[in-house]
Amino acid sequence: MLRKASSFPEEMLEHVLSFITSDKDRNAVSLVCKSWYEIERWCRKRIFVGNCYAVRPEMVIRRFPELRSVELKGKPHFADFDLVPDGWGGCVYPWIAALATAYPLLEEIKLKRMVVSDESLEVIAKSFKNFKVLVLSSCEGFSTDGLAAVAANCRNLRGLDLRESEVDDPSGQWLSRFPDSFTSLASLNISCLGAEVSFSALERLVGRCPDLKSLRLNHAVPLDKLANLLRGAPQLVELGTGAYSAELQPDVFSNLAGAFSGCKELRSLSGFWNVFPGYLPAVYPVCSGLTSLNLRDANIQGADLIKLVSQCRSLQRLWVLDYIEDIGLEELAACCKDLTELRVFPSDPYGAEPNVSLTERGLVSVSEGCPKLQSVLYFCRQMTNAALVTIAKNSPRMTCFRLCIIEPRAPDYQTLQPLDLGFGAIVENYKDLRRLSLSGLLTDRVFEYIGTYAKKLEMLSVAFAGDSDMGLHHVLSGCAKLCKLEIRDCPFGDNALLANAAKLETMRSLWMSSCSVSFRACKLLGQKMPRLNVEVIDERGPPDLRPENCPVEKLYIYRTIAGPRFDMPGFVWTMNGDSV
Amino acid sequence: MEGFSKNVEACPRLLDLIPKERELLGDREDERSSSEEKKLELRLGLPGEDWPLKNTRERHESQLNSFGYFTNGNNQTQKFPSSAENSHVWFHQQQKGQVAPPFLTFPSSTTPPTATAPQQSLPVMAKESSQPCCNKAVVELQQCAEKKAFSPPAPANTAVPNSSQKRTAPGPVVGWPPIRSFRKNLASSSGSYSKPTVESLNKPVETCKKGLFVKINMEGVPIGRKVDLKAYDSYEKLSSAVDELFRGLLAAQIDSSSNGIMNKQEEGKAITGCLSGDVPWHMFVSTVKRLRVLKSSEVSALSRGSIKQEKVPGNYVNKLR
Repeated sequence: MLRKASSFPEEMLEHVLSFITSDKDRNAVSLVCKSWYEIERWCRKRIFVGNCYAVRPEMVIRRFPELRSVELKGKPHFADFDLVPDGWGGCVYPWIAALATAYPLLEEIKLKRMVVSDESLEVIAKSFKNFKVLVLSSCEGFSTDGLAAVAANCRNLRGLDLRESEVDDPSGQWLSRFPDSFTSLASLNISCLGAEVSFSALERLVGRCPDLKSLRLNHAVPLDKLANLLRGAPQLVELGTGAYSAELQPDVFSNLAGAFSGCKELRSLSGFWNVFPGYLPAVYPVCSGLTSLNLRDANIQGADLIKLVSQCRSLQRLWVLDYIEDIGLEELAACCKDLTELRVFPSDPYGAEPNVSLTERGLVSVSEGCPKLQSVLYFCRQMTNAALVTIAKNSPRMTCFRLCIIEPRAPDYQTLQPLDLGFGAIVENYKDLRRLSLSGLLTDRVFEYIGTYAKKLEMLSVAFAGDSDMGLHHVLSGCAKLCKLEIRDCPFGDNALLANAAKLETMRSLWMSSCSVSFRACKLLGQKMPRLNVEVIDERGPPDLRPENCPVEKLYIYRTIAGPRFDMPGFVWTMNGDSV
Repeated sequence: MEGFSKNVEACPRLLDLIPKERELLGDREDERSSSEEKKLELRLGLPGEDWPLKNTRERHESQLNSFGYFTNGNNQTQKFPSSAENSHVWFHQQQKGQVAPPFLTFPSSTTPPTATAPQQSLPVMAKESSQPCCNKAVVELQQCAEKKAFSPPAPANTAVPNSSQKRTAPGPVVGWPPIRSFRKNLASSSGSYSKPTVESLNKPVETCKKGLFVKINMEGVPIGRKVDLKAYDSYEKLSSAVDELFRGLLAAQIDSSSNGIMNKQEEGKAITGCLSGDVPWHMFVSTVKRLRVLKSSEVSALSRGSIKQEKVPGNYVNKLR
């Protein structure tokens, strides 16, 4: 085998490898033998780093000299929900600075949950001659000044995507910094911007980019301007509208409806801020072709919402507020047989009482009517074991199941039992389940089910669940593929963590906040496991001022080959062998 | 060097634990999986019906025994040979640590009840509220240590009363339900864009029921917070909420470094003094993007000078769109 491999011409192997795109497969290839490792590393063009502190940029550069695309993730996922204090870290600048000198031909940078300074954006804008794609997903720390630098300097930019980022000091003029000769844009997502953008600059930009396929506007783009934009870009496949309200005027309506019906390629719609229902029929002509509809920002309710959704018979992905209610989901189940992904978000997450009639029945309907369902995120206020068992049996293809019952520790409201059986059925029936979020009243039993059945589970989110260390122990010892585990407000403590210390080295990260892990256990872990960074986040001050048995506020453990990080703010302590 | 090699030795042993448990369970595997299936079949009964309760209890106990996990000393040495034999082992130390006395002397002052009690009633996203009380947790640990084992998990019959107990302590919990804070802002701020009419200015709160979360930072405190402005209807209420919000943090800071921290009483003034005269509350709410709490000295400088109008927006908040 070895001889064959070595006699195989390198160029040939390189060519073969060019067809292998998945990261996992590339990693497997590089483990075959030394020569494959060498060949693979020289022709690797893309890299994904799931935790920017797991490796140093110099290490990546040393191994992969020819990268064209780098994807990085920063903060833990719970940062989305304010559980990671501001200033925690995840700054991208050290990476950008290193990439800038190593890869002048870099074409793509994709960042998630990272702090991106304007300086970083300026370095990107000036360092890479053929830069094409910048994706800043849930990032922060930059302003429209940085975006202006990118616009002015990246002459071959094809994609600029700011999805869900927090952009400071929005001034709309940055769009006009794209030079007049610039025509390469294929994708632009500015839906997160707070302030108005210069509409004339936007219109000119859209008009001169013939390849523009995806355009997501922010809520400050008024509805009466949308028709003109659409007429300038009939080739659009994805559209995020701006504000979708205006005084109803027949000429505005007919103009808009005409513009929409000209967009024959449209497959995805989002936006719809502040919908004025009278204008919704303008999109009906394109509905039958849509595969993706994101109404997360749309406050459409009742019959208007149901009518819109039921027109989209090819829909594969629907994101919607709970205004859709059970009755709307029933209609969805009847109309949209290709649905693979459903997300239902709460319109009033903090209200004490339900403001809509959305219950477990809606999800049951969809699981019955949509056999291709693979991914669910569902916020509701009540659930039963019976419903979960039905859902589990109806949708065997599910890979991602995230259920959020809004009230913590809510039991099966009919039997007042824990939801252990229901979630047990979920993990038993969903053989391909990769991602699971639990909620409701749960005992250690559910974790036993998870450890027993969820053999492909990669990411698990747990809140307000379990009774003892056994819960965590079941998960860590049973879920062989577990990569990310995030836990909050659970009575899991030292024993389960320490007993499964070796397991942590096989995972990307573990987050535990408001649990029962003592400072002593954190120190032990840090000392015994040199390849783990054990970081205690405690805003009450240095943890060593408290008794060692006192639980730490937050704990973030991740495997790394980079050693302890050096950019920790005052409320983060790392538990490596040298320091404790 | 020696210590390092010991580490390396210890790790694989820890890994060994997992397969060993499986072996122990192995002979029970068939019985186990069949009973598993039975249990996962849905059988809805009346809440008090005893078969599921009994099952759960038996199950948990047998499970725990077969794991030999947190039951008694003898089993523990079997299960964790590395920990029993090695001189500096985790569980050994662990146990010792739990029995050791210091938790009795744990100072309760870091989370004074006076500071946390009013916080819970406030609609502020107080991060501390979800934190289990240290004292309580320590007591629990102590109990466990005294029994020299973790008691088996509460069987199902205690789970229900247990839950109702837990659920009586509501109050805002940071990050729950898990919705991106970014989204909340976007959704609520969009309300002020679409209808820039007199009508919307008159009914600013009615246009959107959702929260309006803005970041709030205090001079000298590295950690920011978020507050829901929609939960207040005046500068006074906001300022007292801000006072509560930063009280715990300040206490912690003063503990560690005593200089450079402003008097808590002055925060409130900082906000009201500078802004209440400048814009009506509802305009403030509709335009505010972030809040910065200044020291009283800076506040007085601002209100004295003629630069007030320029400085206030910059320093505080206000990005009027």
